[in-house]
Amino acid sequence: MSVTTSRPLVSISALNKYFGDNHVLRDIDFAVDSGEVVCVIGPSGSGKSTLLRCVNLLERPQSGTVLVRGEDLTDPDCDIDAARRHIGMVFQQFNLFPHHSALDNCALALMTVLGKKRPDAEHIARANLERVGLADKVDAYPAKLSGGQQQRVAIARALSMDPALMLFDEPTSALDPELVGEVLAVMRRLADEGMTMIVVTHEIAFAREVADRVVFMDQGAIVEQDKPARLLSEPKEPRTRDFLKRVLKPTEAG
Amino acid sequence: MKRQQALSPRRRAQRWRVLQYAVLIVVLAGAAFVADWQTIGHTFFDPTLIWHTIVHGLWRALWNTLAYSAGGFVIGLTAGTLLALMRLSDIAPYRWLATIYIEFFRGLPALVVFMAFSLLPLAFPGLTMPWPPYGTVWAALGIVGSAYMAETIRAGVQAVPRGQVEAARSLGMTAGQAMRKIALPQAFRIMIPPLTNELIMLIKDSSLVFIVGLSAANFDLTKFGRAAANTNVNITPLVVAGLGYLVITLPLSILVRRMEASAARAR
Repeated sequence: MSVTTSRPLVSISALNKYFGDNHVLRDIDFAVDSGEVVCVIGPSGSGKSTLLRCVNLLERPQSGTVLVRGEDLTDPDCDIDAARRHIGMVFQQFNLFPHHSALDNCALALMTVLGKKRPDAEHIARANLERVGLADKVDAYPAKLSGGQQQRVAIARALSMDPALMLFDEPTSALDPELVGEVLAVMRRLADEGMTMIVVTHEIAFAREVADRVVFMDQGAIVEQDKPARLLSEPKEPRTRDFLKRVLKPTEAG
Repeated sequence: MKRQQALSPRRRAQRWRVLQYAVLIVVLAGAAFVADWQTIGHTFFDPTLIWHTIVHGLWRALWNTLAYSAGGFVIGLTAGTLLALMRLSDIAPYRWLATIYIEFFRGLPALVVFMAFSLLPLAFPGLTMPWPPYGTVWAALGIVGSAYMAETIRAGVQAVPRGQVEAARSLGMTAGQAMRKIALPQAFRIMIPPLTNELIMLIKDSSLVFIVGLSAANFDLTKFGRAAANTNVNITPLVVAGLGYLVITLPLSILVRRMEASAARAR
């Protein structure tokens, strides 16, 4: 796959999304370069998950354009199924297929979507489970895995499609605190390997250490965005300051 | 002040249980005392007639009932799945058609549907159903069954969490692939108990097939039992035929319970 120009991998412009009367995304302009790791933070209801879900069109915006790899996904004639093959997605609730083993969770789309033969699909699936440190769990069903292991299988499932871009929707929010680390470690390694990532998260420490850029959203708009060192240490906007204070020192918040 | 100590909840529950057993025993004993055992013996359970019924045609009738209901179930399940997908479709006329079909055939007594089917060749001269009488019976049972099963299947599909289909679509599966590979297999797991119910109802509804007109070799259990009861002026063959239904449904219940257990383990 060739992304030839220096054009951003994801380019969103004038995006508006309503749920009924609720204006969830207000005129969002947002771009992500190839190889960039962007963390999106913000209070709940700020629209950050909705923005992420617009990138692979799980949510269809009412107006605006979403360009991924130069292709406009909001074009009614766009082959959205083909476009999604290049966009991996990891969900808060894992959403593993409970009736398939870890291996088949990863191999299924390779066979049904890409038409690969089972041995080839399993080979790729196995390699990706190894990549997330679960080589010994290939035959396990999701119910037999811990939350952290399930989320790593979900990451391996997305990686198996060899995506150009990975979307993470609060990947550690449903996990017990002691399991968060193993998932973040996998994501950090992925970032180090040069994967383009958009991560909606509450893990400020992860954003600080791994992100190239942090985006702060509130009330459906991007309030500010910058390098993590700058944005997280000396935010310009009062709303950002306020949010960070509440997240980082929850016991002191009034 | 009350001197007497109140009973503990455990003691109260114990007394209540003893009372229930006592009532049950009194009712059973009363029925046993009032019953005319001699008449029961020779009109319902005549030993020679039991044997006669078993060796003369019971197995054939059992097989017919099995064949009628199995075929009806397969057609009902297929058509029911199609109807359920129509009910869930984005295309409004599909939804309307499916709703009308379901409400119509769910509301009609099965007996009436069978009568209508036996009259079909009058309405459409030259129409012949394949493999008589199986074609007619399967179609009639399938239509009755599909109307019930469609609603069960629709509810099952809707019980699969939304995130499952979203995950499938995010991997690039089409809506159809996500339905076939992800939603439906999980829905059918959820639906094992209610679908078993519908299969058992279908087995019993197959006792209405005599309406379409059958030759003796094609009699189902009930028709076979009634015919034999009439010939022998004794109810015993009907009792034997009735117990034949249990020969089908009891192993079925056990099988399904096993399937449920293994499905629960896999989740």
